Amino acid sequence: MWEFPLFPEQASTIAGGVDSLYLFLVGLTAFFSVLIFTVIFVFAIIYRRRSDDERPEAIEGSHALEIFWSVVPFVIVMVIFTWGASLYFRNARSPDDAMEVNVVGKQWMWKIQHPEGRREINELHVPIGRPVRLTMTSEDVIHSFYVPAFRIKMDVLPGRYTTAWFEATKAGEFHLFCAEYCGTEHSKMGGKVVVLDPPAYERWVGGEEQGESLADLGARRFIELRCENCHYPGAGERGPSLAGLFGRIVPLEGGGTVEADESYFRESVLNPRAKVVAGFQPVMPTFQGQISEEQLLELIAYVRSLKAPQGEGR
Amino acid sequence: MSALTGEDAPPQAPRQHYLNVTYGVRSWLLTLDHKRIGLLYLASITVFFLLGGMFAVMIRAELVTPAGDLLQAETYNKMFTMHGLVMVFFFLIPSIPAALGNFLIPLMIGARDLAFPRLNLLSWYVFIVGGLFTLFAVVQGGVDTGWTFYTPYSSTYSNSAVAATAVGVFITGFSSVLTGLNFIVTIHKMRAPGLTWFRLPLFVWAHYATSLIMVLGTPVLTAAVVLVALEHLLGIGIFDPKLGGDPVLFQHLFWFYSHPAVYIMILPSMGVVSEVISCFSRKRIFGYKVIAFSSLAIAVLGFLVWGHHMFVSGQSVYAGMIFSFLSFFVAIPSAIKVFNWTATLYKGSISYDTPMMYAMGFIGLFTIGGLTGLFLASLAVDVHVHDTYFVVAHFHYIMVGGALMGYMAAIHFWWPKISGRMYPEGWGRFSALVIFIGFNLTFFPQFILGYLGMPRRYHAYPDEFQVLNVMSTAGATILGVGYLIPLIYLIWSMRYGPRAGSNPWKAKGLEWETTSPPPTENFLTTPLVTEEAYAYAAPDVEEQEGARVG
Ligand code: HEC
Ligand SMILES: [Cu+2]
Ligand SMILES: [Cu+2]
Repeated sequence: MWEFPLFPEQASTIAGGVDSLYLFLVGLTAFFSVLIFTVIFVFAIIYRRRSDDERPEAIEGSHALEIFWSVVPFVIVMVIFTWGASLYFRNARSPDDAMEVNVVGKQWMWKIQHPEGRREINELHVPIGRPVRLTMTSEDVIHSFYVPAFRIKMDVLPGRYTTAWFEATKAGEFHLFCAEYCGTEHSKMGGKVVVLDPPAYERWVGGEEQGESLADLGARRFIELRCENCHYPGAGERGPSLAGLFGRIVPLEGGGTVEADESYFRESVLNPRAKVVAGFQPVMPTFQGQISEEQLLELIAYVRSLKAPQGEGR
Repeated sequence: MSALTGEDAPPQAPRQHYLNVTYGVRSWLLTLDHKRIGLLYLASITVFFLLGGMFAVMIRAELVTPAGDLLQAETYNKMFTMHGLVMVFFFLIPSIPAALGNFLIPLMIGARDLAFPRLNLLSWYVFIVGGLFTLFAVVQGGVDTGWTFYTPYSSTYSNSAVAATAVGVFITGFSSVLTGLNFIVTIHKMRAPGLTWFRLPLFVWAHYATSLIMVLGTPVLTAAVVLVALEHLLGIGIFDPKLGGDPVLFQHLFWFYSHPAVYIMILPSMGVVSEVISCFSRKRIFGYKVIAFSSLAIAVLGFLVWGHHMFVSGQSVYAGMIFSFLSFFVAIPSAIKVFNWTATLYKGSISYDTPMMYAMGFIGLFTIGGLTGLFLASLAVDVHVHDTYFVVAHFHYIMVGGALMGYMAAIHFWWPKISGRMYPEGWGRFSALVIFIGFNLTFFPQFILGYLGMPRRYHAYPDEFQVLNVMSTAGATILGVGYLIPLIYLIWSMRYGPRAGSNPWKAKGLEWETTSPPPTENFLTTPLVTEEAYAYAAPDVEEQEGARVG
């Protein structure tokens, strides 16, 4: 019980990079703190007041010194900036072959959907050595998906999708926290990420009665909600075809374009009038209030599956 | 008066001064004297400080054990919310400016009062009304949104007294604006003859920069708070996406004010440190102009970096990079100040009186606070430590290790001027040491906790974080005792402390040329300034000055 850790576990491909920068900063902080403390201490002793009549000579300041101690910190912080920003930039984009997992946060639990259709609450099972891309949204307030051992964190917002990705490098169980204060049970809104070796993961995915895959669920939803009346896959009469939608640059009525991503899809369903596709009548009804966050994510999985046979996560 | 008066004959209090011209509650509540208004502020913020401290005690007590067992989750959430709100809006922001700045700026520039004495009194009343609203919110059951009020939790989901608190913060904002405005006009218009801009004490420069932030930043917070209250009360969609709003918009508005607000809290302390360091090393401050301009640079740059609070909020990668880049720039003027203060000690004549101990503590702790800020400005590292105890530790190093240390230095340094009496020096040094030790024991472990991944605002936490949390609570206990000691001896000294004389530290600056306590009109004849600030190398000028105040 009386454990005394000083450094968190490293369990993702990016953890090492973040830690090197961290350690560099620790060294820098230690160096400058010790420097300042020592100089103050030494001056305080050497130049202690010996008699009350002392009137030391004034020293105005020195341009050379001012320039020196402006330029040195400037150079140092620019190095840190570049280092931190390039890591961040690299970590921001997920590899193309990442497996897709959906995360829905709500007060005070995490709901996870796997592409194969498995669902979990407050637990996320993933295989070692495979990039995992999280598409996240919230049903209520802002949460934040945080796995310290992976050094990743991303806010989970209501009304839009955010994404994060990681590739686990170590089997084991790791804390999953909600890092953005979200109300009474905020500190209980956590769980664990379980990282398994690929065979164990296959067993886990295959185990239990296998539900329908997300895309299949989405396909059913697509019919139930009568989307297919207007968006018959393949050719559209009243509405545009949704095959290959994601990533497409969509021309809009009244000029302008938009790149179709998950948030655009979401907006098209919940608030169709906001952006109308050029060449179509704004006849699509709103589905606000008729469809849950999880169902929306299923629809997205379905539409994504229409794109190409080697689509993600299948 | 000669320099030796202090040793020859015990100094006498002037027959009439601002404290004894009139008596009675009315004479205080209706006073237009900036010194009395300063003391009204001092008394009120002390009450708020004790209140905020009590909330902190509850927080640290709960965190001794991993399970959330002492308080209910809801109560715990209210405790940290109220701790933050009270300490930030009702203690730190008004602390040095409204209490000591009010008292000292006219004295330092050789003026009779601030430019608008009535506005000054009004600002205190506005502050008190805002404070009462917030206390009313506490009585109503408290608020649980965190001092950051993030939407849509605050605007639509929280069932606590959000509206009353928002009104409280809204109202106090006006008091900041009024004080800032008053300082700016006073510093521009009321300087004594000969007191040019570059002869001003750096305390005044720091307050000038602070006032600019108060006047320019506060309205944005006011607007944000009003919008939250509107959505909360009337359901107008501004921040809640269910109502068609944008939750991140609030974060932009909030941090546009609240990042600069950090400088409202720290800049005045930097001003204090400049005064104290040069007085107790009897040296002109090293690089006067550089320090003065770095205050302004901090004030301006402070407005350009708010997005560093939002690196994981889903804002674009490029926005994150720009905000990170700009944030690193703020480090430079801060570093320059630290180097200049340290250089001031070189070849000085250093004594270790209590104010100096606090000022040296400030430099050390601010250095650590500032350097750990670099971690948070570095994008990839911030992703990991954002919203963890690392951030909590960092800003307590700045706000407690920095701002509060400066405040303590200031209280001790100017106490003889304010009260006319000396505090007990031995106790002063002892408590400064206790505070320094207690502070580091409280907050240093939190850096480690943060990097380990313990999120902030957690009522319960995993077992492996316990040892560090126990250390932190132990430190907080020491820190608490450290703050109580000065509270006791300062009150004691108001009656029993030895008389101070007009200039017990042999300091430079106009405030030391008038009696302690000063007369209501500050100076009997308008002072004429003929030398630069901090002319410590010059022979004592007290003879002529003594004549001036009679
Ligand atoms: C009444 C016919 C109709 C129904 C039913 C309908 N839509 Fe649409 N949808 C349209 C039309 C017309 C457009 C193009 C005009 C626009 O953007 O509003 C469109 C546009 C879209 C777009 C944007 C496509 C693009 O190429 O940019 C998406 C995504 C979409 N719909 C999804 C859905 C989903 C999912 C459903 C079922 C829940 C659905 N729609 C139901 C008529 C319909
Ligand atoms: Cu949460
Ligand atoms: Cu900030």
